[in-house]
Amino acid sequence: MKRKHKESLTSLAILSPSIITLAVFVYGFISRTIQISMLDWDTFSNFMRKAKDYVWFENYIGLLQESRFQTDLWNTLYFTLFFILGCLAIGILLSLILNNKPKGGYFFQNLYLFPMAISFVVTGTVWRWIFAPGRLPNNPRGINLLFEQLGLNSLQWGWFTSTGNVLGFNIALIAVIIAAVWQYSGYTMAMWLAGLRGIDQQLIEAARIDGASKWQVFSKILFPIQKPITLSAIIVLAHVSLKAFALIYAMTGSGPNNVTDIPAVYMFEATFRSNRYSTGSAIAIVLLMMVGLLIIPYLVHSFKED
Amino acid sequence: MLLKKSTLLSVLLVVALMFGLSFSAVAQDGEVEIFSWWTGGGEEEGLNALIELFNEQYPDVEVINATVAGGAGSNAKAVLKTRMVGGNPPDSFQVHGGAELVDTYVETGMMQPITGLLEEWGVKDKFNQQILEMSSYEGEYYSIPVNVHRSNAMFYNKSVLEENGVEPPTDLDSFVDALAELDEAGVVPLALGDTNKWPAGQIFETLLVATLGPDGYNGLWNGSTAADDPAVREALVYFDKIMEYVNDDHSALTWQDATQIMQEGEAGFNIMGDWAEGYLKQLGWTPGEEFGWMPVPGSEGTFIVVTDTFGLPKGAPNPENAKKWLKTIASVEGQDTFNPIKGSIPARLDADESKYDAYLTSAMEDFASDTLSPSIVHGSAAPEGFITAMNDTINEFITTGDVDQAFESFQANHEEYVQ
Repeated sequence: MKRKHKESLTSLAILSPSIITLAVFVYGFISRTIQISMLDWDTFSNFMRKAKDYVWFENYIGLLQESRFQTDLWNTLYFTLFFILGCLAIGILLSLILNNKPKGGYFFQNLYLFPMAISFVVTGTVWRWIFAPGRLPNNPRGINLLFEQLGLNSLQWGWFTSTGNVLGFNIALIAVIIAAVWQYSGYTMAMWLAGLRGIDQQLIEAARIDGASKWQVFSKILFPIQKPITLSAIIVLAHVSLKAFALIYAMTGSGPNNVTDIPAVYMFEATFRSNRYSTGSAIAIVLLMMVGLLIIPYLVHSFKED
Repeated sequence: MLLKKSTLLSVLLVVALMFGLSFSAVAQDGEVEIFSWWTGGGEEEGLNALIELFNEQYPDVEVINATVAGGAGSNAKAVLKTRMVGGNPPDSFQVHGGAELVDTYVETGMMQPITGLLEEWGVKDKFNQQILEMSSYEGEYYSIPVNVHRSNAMFYNKSVLEENGVEPPTDLDSFVDALAELDEAGVVPLALGDTNKWPAGQIFETLLVATLGPDGYNGLWNGSTAADDPAVREALVYFDKIMEYVNDDHSALTWQDATQIMQEGEAGFNIMGDWAEGYLKQLGWTPGEEFGWMPVPGSEGTFIVVTDTFGLPKGAPNPENAKKWLKTIASVEGQDTFNPIKGSIPARLDADESKYDAYLTSAMEDFASDTLSPSIVHGSAAPEGFITAMNDTINEFITTGDVDQAFESFQANHEEYVQ
């Protein structure tokens, strides 16, 4: 008993630095942000006076009524959806191809994973050059110039500068989604590939002997077995998409009529450009809740399994 | 014993350090930390020339050149705010004269007035009085303007206009006609690069001056003009018309890209602050030969000012040295050292014109005779909250073209942030 007591004391002592820093730098700051989001620190002088005049949920209500924030929420929804679908589809396809151990497979496996190692700021800048449309039809740039030289002029369009909108989906986001999928589909591939390598080949062989088609093998055997892996990939990708600030900021900014704006960009501008500290904090809390919406069910689920 | 030894050692170390520090303090009269966002071409060299001049005048004071890079000071301003709020101000810092200084730092009691210094040095009446007024609050002056840029400037490619038989416009309506002619000829009439939003906002502010007149425009900020003035709506209508004639990819470009499109002969006109003149020179053009300039049509007689100023924050570590710095930049010599290199004009009216190029000389003449108006998007007219809100309104308006909605949000923003 005594010894156990001592052991737990030791472990507590070893853990305490991280517990304390977590308490201060994560939970302390979250509560401070919640507090600021309910004050009226939307001007620099109010912020300086540090007056505690609570307006409670006024900042949140104001935000939800703003057209920019509404656009931001739509953009987040569609961006997350297509980003995850794109990463899953391409990542899984790549992993299936590589699982057959084609020639040079090892090389490509690393090649596809490589974009993940580069920062969003760098890839954002490069994709900005690629998708900058130029002045059509006389002076196309980037990928539009490539289309012209290939004689595919009908494929030219404004990319991230177009303001078209389909059911709330700003088509300018397509360019951003392509960039993000390019960067993160390698991640899905790596996770799936690791899972595939662990599947007993006899299972698949047995199914093939019973006359299952390739599609049936995939949909009836591989996909169900890999469900937990797919789920983890979705969770990780979803929160990456909520934090796509760097990509958007470097690549497009908030765009014409906010077509490529996301809450994180607005949060930055509200806080550091226009001194609306309370509004910025409110956006931060909305973002936190959106991440929570994704992560908490996952955590609950995995705790239950343990 | 072991403990004692280490204590002794650390005491010795501290003493040695203190000696070292005091010796270096004896060698020099101290330091002065100057905070700015002058890191780009031209402005960086200008600042270095200014520091060199300061070192000649005060060889005992070491200048710590604290710069933060980033477009138009967006990052620097955030860093400065953190330092000011955290009680760690630099000795003097760059700030746009007007609301950006007064609203943020003067009203909150973080700045020292410098009226006495201006009088002591006998320079108060050497400056354009309207520009000193911009940085004054309750009868005291708070900063020294170093340079002046004009935001309501328009540049045009002479050969593009000539080839298409277009005359430089004289008022807003002839401007719209000229744009339409260029459009028919198949060139981009007006080059715009508003990926950072403010270049579009800047066009709108020049149109506000054009429709409200300088006094009406200045009245927006002191309450004598109402935000629902019909002339504000008129400015929006003109803005909407003009936006028909900009390049389609404007939201993918920066202001430099837009100026370059004009320089390459793809576009006829470019509305941009006169820092674009410095950029055009960098691209190899000579003012008056390949390109012409004029105030944005309708805004003749008004000089929309973007001015960088330096002030004296309370609690600065070396206030005496900061005053020396201010004295240098307030002198004719200081202003004439910095401005020709930066490509701006001095805020003093008695500078040596021979040091400036053809464009800058003409700007100096206008500066001496025109009515000055503060720029919105560059921080002089209104609080920062209003600037971002207006830029957002204009950004949405370019796409929607809904004049009434934009007019309404302009009024709402004005009510929320200005009054």
